[in-house]
Amino acid sequence: MKLLLENAHIEGIRFFEAYRKHGGYRSVEKALKMSPAEIVEEVKKSGLRGRGGAGFPTGLKWSFLAKPEGIPRHLVCNADESEPGTFKDRYLMEFLPHLLIEGLITSSYALGSNATYIYIRGEYAWIPDILEQAIQEAKNNGFLGKNILGSGFDCEIYVHRGAGAYICGEETALIESLEGKRGNPRIKPPFPAVQGVWMRPTVVNNVETLAAIVPIINMGGEEYGKIGVGKSTGTKLISACGNLNKPGVYEIPFDLSVEDFIYSDEWCGGIPKGKKLKACIPGGSSVPILPANLLLTTAKGEKRLMNYESLSDGGFQTGSMLGSGGFIVLDEDQCVVKHTMTLAHFYMHESCGQCSPCREGTGWMWRILKNIEQGKGKMEDIDLLWDVQRRIEGNTICPLGDAAAWPVAAAIRHFRDEFEWHVLNPEEAQVRNFGLAHYADELLIQN
Amino acid sequence: MNIQFSEEKLNKVKEIIARYPEGKQKSALLPLLHLAQDEFGGWLDVPVMDYVAELLQLKPIEVYEVATFYTMFNTKPVGKYLLEVCKTGPCMLNGSDDIIKYIEEKLGIKPGETTPDGMFTLKPAECLGACGYAPMMQLGKFYKEHLTKEKIDALIDECREGKAKIN
Repeated sequence: MKLLLENAHIEGIRFFEAYRKHGGYRSVEKALKMSPAEIVEEVKKSGLRGRGGAGFPTGLKWSFLAKPEGIPRHLVCNADESEPGTFKDRYLMEFLPHLLIEGLITSSYALGSNATYIYIRGEYAWIPDILEQAIQEAKNNGFLGKNILGSGFDCEIYVHRGAGAYICGEETALIESLEGKRGNPRIKPPFPAVQGVWMRPTVVNNVETLAAIVPIINMGGEEYGKIGVGKSTGTKLISACGNLNKPGVYEIPFDLSVEDFIYSDEWCGGIPKGKKLKACIPGGSSVPILPANLLLTTAKGEKRLMNYESLSDGGFQTGSMLGSGGFIVLDEDQCVVKHTMTLAHFYMHESCGQCSPCREGTGWMWRILKNIEQGKGKMEDIDLLWDVQRRIEGNTICPLGDAAAWPVAAAIRHFRDEFEWHVLNPEEAQVRNFGLAHYADELLIQN
Repeated sequence: MNIQFSEEKLNKVKEIIARYPEGKQKSALLPLLHLAQDEFGGWLDVPVMDYVAELLQLKPIEVYEVATFYTMFNTKPVGKYLLEVCKTGPCMLNGSDDIIKYIEEKLGIKPGETTPDGMFTLKPAECLGACGYAPMMQLGKFYKEHLTKEKIDALIDECREGKAKIN
């Protein structure tokens, strides 16, 4: 069952006419006849969990929004999407912009936001034009602007481009960036629902989350909540990449097994050249990597499913997370040490530098990993690396510290033998894994 | 260089500032820096940043600290064509190292360097959100995906012939 991408194949669906012809904007017409509180209630009933990565219940998040008299409130759409492995929101915005705009209008009405912002990562430089055209089309047809469909509700949507900073995907950093500052996360509390952008009550939701409001209103929260497994309701967009025959964006049911998702022709079609599956990061680069055996089977020996609960089965010791749905597959020839090193470089580069454990620790982890990858490491470096990641996790203002620490912890936990191989076989390691590490120090200075 | 937006661009500046609440014009800083970088040679020289500060009634330091934080703003000159090759995670798994090495050899420059004719700058980039279409690079406003050596050759030829679209 497809709830978001059902019409994605239709020619011209990017434009208002085709979108409307295929049922578009029905949810706005329905929502504007309801009260904002009723819409929040429908979203709660749906069980929708935020699709950005954290998986927090959306209706609950909305209900936290402070509503003091006389102070404007804002909805901000988080389209920063910078987690390695994640490119699903790009697909929605590029090919189904009206689906997002439709979700945004209803959500803005429910939250009382008359000025809503889409904060989009700067590198997606061609997409703001697509979104702005869709916004203008919606406005021309009475779905945006003053007195929408005669309801008395006014709403404008603005596109705001970021400029290349992963940290701006964190909601308070995004807010700082939207205010024209460096993307330094804020200490919480106060939470954005009380003091967000321009110190006004603000809700920040991911693109896919806001698009999902459309089917929720169309079918009703209760019906939406019946789709899925347990607390994983509805469907989920997965961006599949790495070593796969058919990488891409898929809308999956939550009862799909990980094995079927990787190997079935209907989905990713297996691994190129018939190679074996070595490991996978199922939810974006920050979530723990899993070796093939743990990826495919739960602690109870059942098939692992592509949903929030199944992927986190057993906690971080054996499980992982659905996260943002960035599904990165590594085949048998890939080196986990090198892969972890490139991710460590990413987090070092993207640390905003506010907290010492993150600022210093991410660089420290990368330097240790680089030494090991290049065959210059010692056995005690592996323990040191473990110790450093442990001291970062949970000790920073925002979750970037955790995001940097978890991939390293999981790589050591599940692939310690590879780290040891690099230490014990320095010459072979240098030949096998010679990569970008040789000039990364230089790049750091340039950046 | 005359640091002054055209009438048309100044109207755009006004339109951008109007998106944000009154008195919160600082929010227009990132969009204006993008506009200025595109307009004044692909990088943000100090006089350019000062001009943006003046437009938004900010202190110059408020602009400098932002311009140096975000990787898309170049605070040093770059070539006419900035080749930003993604090297993170899935791109690395799909051979971005080889793509970068190939460009290095073909253009005779190291990452961060510009060719002597000022045409090309090579810059390895962190994840650009095209992981399913790896390896890839950003050229101006657009993504070039599923890169191969042949595609790199063709792209560089297009740039040299002035046919590559960047805006």
